[in-house]
Amino acid sequence: MSEASVTAGVVPQRMPRPFLSPLNTRRLHNFKANRRGYWSLWIFLVLFVLSLFAEFIANDKPIVASYKGEILFPVLVAYPEEKFGGFYAVTDYRDPVIQDEINAHGWMVWPPIRYSYQTVNNAIPEAAPAKPSWEYDAKTRCNQYPQGAADPACIVGNWNWLGTDDQARDVLARVIYGFRISVLFGLILTAGSALIGVGAGAVQGYFGGWTDLLFQRFIEIWSAIPVLYLLLIVAAILPPGFFILLGLMLLFSWVALVGVVRAEFLRARNFEYVNAARALGVPNRTIMFRHLLPNAMVATLTFLPFLLSGSISTLTSLDYLGFGLPPGSASLGELLKQAQRNLNAPWLGISGFVVISLMLSLLVFVGEATRDAFDPRKTFK
Amino acid sequence: MSEAPLLSVQDLSVAFSQGGGQSVAVDHISFDIAKGETVALVGESGSGKSVSALSVLKLLPYPSASHPSGKILFQGADLLAMGEKQLRQVRGNKITMIFQEPMTSLNPLHTIEHQIVEILKLHQGMADRPAKARTLALLKEVGIRDPEKRLDAYPHQLSGGQRQRVMIAMALANEPELLIADEPTTALDVTVQAQILELLAALKSRKGMSMLFITHDLGIVRKIADRVCVMTKGKIVETGPTKDIFANPQHPYTRHLLAAEPKGKPPAANADAKAVMTGKDIKVWFPIKQGFFRRVVDHVKAVDGIDVTVRAGQTLGVVGESGSGKTTLGLALARMISSTGTIQFNGRDINQLTFNAMRPLRRELQIVFQDPFGSLSPRMSIAEIIEEGLKIHAPKLSPDERDDKVVDVLKEVGLDPASRNRYPHEFSGGQRQRVAIARAMVLNPRFVMLDEPTSALDMSVQAQVVDLLRNLQAKHDLAYLFISHDLKVIRALANDVIVMRNGRIVEAGPSEQIFGNPQTDYTRALISAAFKIETAPAGIVSQ
Repeated sequence: MSEASVTAGVVPQRMPRPFLSPLNTRRLHNFKANRRGYWSLWIFLVLFVLSLFAEFIANDKPIVASYKGEILFPVLVAYPEEKFGGFYAVTDYRDPVIQDEINAHGWMVWPPIRYSYQTVNNAIPEAAPAKPSWEYDAKTRCNQYPQGAADPACIVGNWNWLGTDDQARDVLARVIYGFRISVLFGLILTAGSALIGVGAGAVQGYFGGWTDLLFQRFIEIWSAIPVLYLLLIVAAILPPGFFILLGLMLLFSWVALVGVVRAEFLRARNFEYVNAARALGVPNRTIMFRHLLPNAMVATLTFLPFLLSGSISTLTSLDYLGFGLPPGSASLGELLKQAQRNLNAPWLGISGFVVISLMLSLLVFVGEATRDAFDPRKTFK
Repeated sequence: MSEAPLLSVQDLSVAFSQGGGQSVAVDHISFDIAKGETVALVGESGSGKSVSALSVLKLLPYPSASHPSGKILFQGADLLAMGEKQLRQVRGNKITMIFQEPMTSLNPLHTIEHQIVEILKLHQGMADRPAKARTLALLKEVGIRDPEKRLDAYPHQLSGGQRQRVMIAMALANEPELLIADEPTTALDVTVQAQILELLAALKSRKGMSMLFITHDLGIVRKIADRVCVMTKGKIVETGPTKDIFANPQHPYTRHLLAAEPKGKPPAANADAKAVMTGKDIKVWFPIKQGFFRRVVDHVKAVDGIDVTVRAGQTLGVVGESGSGKTTLGLALARMISSTGTIQFNGRDINQLTFNAMRPLRRELQIVFQDPFGSLSPRMSIAEIIEEGLKIHAPKLSPDERDDKVVDVLKEVGLDPASRNRYPHEFSGGQRQRVAIARAMVLNPRFVMLDEPTSALDMSVQAQVVDLLRNLQAKHDLAYLFISHDLKVIRALANDVIVMRNGRIVEAGPSEQIFGNPQTDYTRALISAAFKIETAPAGIVSQ
């Protein structure tokens, strides 16, 4: 028998399963073969991880301080000013009096940028918005400090690398925090829409018939609701906030994935191995998870990076229109709005444009590479 | 042979580059085709026979395919050295080809008239009217009934056999010198296969064409070919006149092929054995709905009142052409689709049970599907595939106990248990079908419905699978419902046979009686088409 090799008395050995199936190994290979997408992913991950630690990069509090022999972590713990001899509930570490007090009784380590996204720089050399600090000479740069260029606060840590906005807040700090909030918003929204969209698409595609028909009509009506009006109405009733905005967007963004997943399930539900599973008595839920979902995952995963960049640009445009995050939060859309209002301050527009386009381009490149990775025809090359 | 051959393939190799490496599909083969001669390339799947034929017309996916060596001389000119422009003069003109799958080789969006006229205009520059007249003549020639009415038909309005006739008409349109037929009858029913082969043989002798016939079926070769080339693993191992090869095969592989037909007899039937599955008056009607309110105007009667009894340790064979309702009957008995009538399993009435109520019974009622490439989930290892049923029907087993059962059943179906963590695509068709059988057997069923389990497999693998099924049946006292269009397999396995046509039973009885002394014309036509590849008088079987 050439077909099969039967070795009598083989000791059944429990072999470890390879970590990646051959199919996934090939996909990883294809993904890496797209150099642009591969590097984009790394650059994006590095930027994202860095921005997750934004408090340690740009903040108006020291990271570590030693005061009278005690090690303090102002970045994590809010110490009242009493501790340093003052009387406010919150310590303003940028205050020269507090700085002198701490330096006299210990030391402190500042983040490289000494502004948080809502810190107002009281010592900008001219009326806000102020140019980036490197555009001034040392004398002009520090002319607002009590001792001018000789002031201890006249250091690189107090530079506004990308200038300030029209409320004298540091643009670089706002961009770092804005990047983080945009990506987080996008990620949560994408994950949420994927969860709901895949679930809804799976149910429609698998059961078909009336379920499918009614659900599809519902989606048609649902997606005809104008989201912007709804946002306006809700903004009049509820206080604006990250999660309210997220919930509202989620109500409508899940529809995007339903079509793809439904089509995959419709196609695959009559596959012979699905019938075989039914014949074994496998319950519907298990069939959907074990046999059909992997089929739909390809379409879904390919779609996700594009959904992510779509969510981010939606948030940015809402912020730009003023229906987005509450005033004061670090938002790229608000930066663009300021740029439009202050055409004499090109650093606002350029910073906003570069950050948003970089973020979206990276995500689109990653998306392209993902699409390549899952393309079955990409094998021969 | 004094005359120079029409086509001479000399020392041809074909290689495919894949990833970094190269795989050789055809390895230094040579053969000649004389004028008016039919040469058959025979081999099992993967032997390189189709690739050889495609390289004659340079239809391979270049540049990933390449020819490291060889020449293909057609009327003295080397086809491999020709440019694209010269080749187009040969393709579809002097050499034409018909393919295996008549469903996909016609353009579904054009009428058959349009498709044939297009060829005539392209290659012969015919005007509209003569081209239409010629098309009509061609359709008449390939034996399409009422060709005038069929001119405006779209491919989906024709049966598989008619489509293949249209393909042949297209191939003949330019009076080719050589016709390459790549498994032209494999996708067709046996009765239609016989008709097509007869047509090809008649056309060949009338027009004096040569023919290169590619097939895996030795029965067809014996019927149609003058000379045979036996291919395996990219090499021609034996070549000679058909009679000599069949009478006196030299190479061990040829002998192996000739001996490969499913053989043997089912064990003697015991008429008192317990009936495991009985169906009475089973009907599966699909409604045809019309109009705005989707009123039911008629039914497609896929299965129309059939009685079956399957006894423990015995096999009931169900035969019929495609569309006869045999698979629908099997699915109805296994309660995969709804039906009316009574179905009794182990004495219990199961036709009214819900899906959930059926679940405990599924353990004893298993199905093996036709296509071993489709019936195994590509994303699960074979251990996971086989385990799946155990997880549902024996949830108390520990992972180690389950694994032991998987190992046992893999040994039983003749697979190496060490390979159980591999994925289906790493196995051949026959091995996959063994996995599918193992998946059913691991649950110790009483009744197994086998839906054409051998038809996607090579002949020699078919024989092995039939032997395996017979052994398993004897060992576990299994009741089989064996659905097949292949009468050879049915004869090797079934105790009783029912012959179906259009959802009804044409003839039923013990196997010896059906094969030895068929009562109806239809059964006789089926049998002679299957075993002797002979056509029946018009009207008994469909075209």
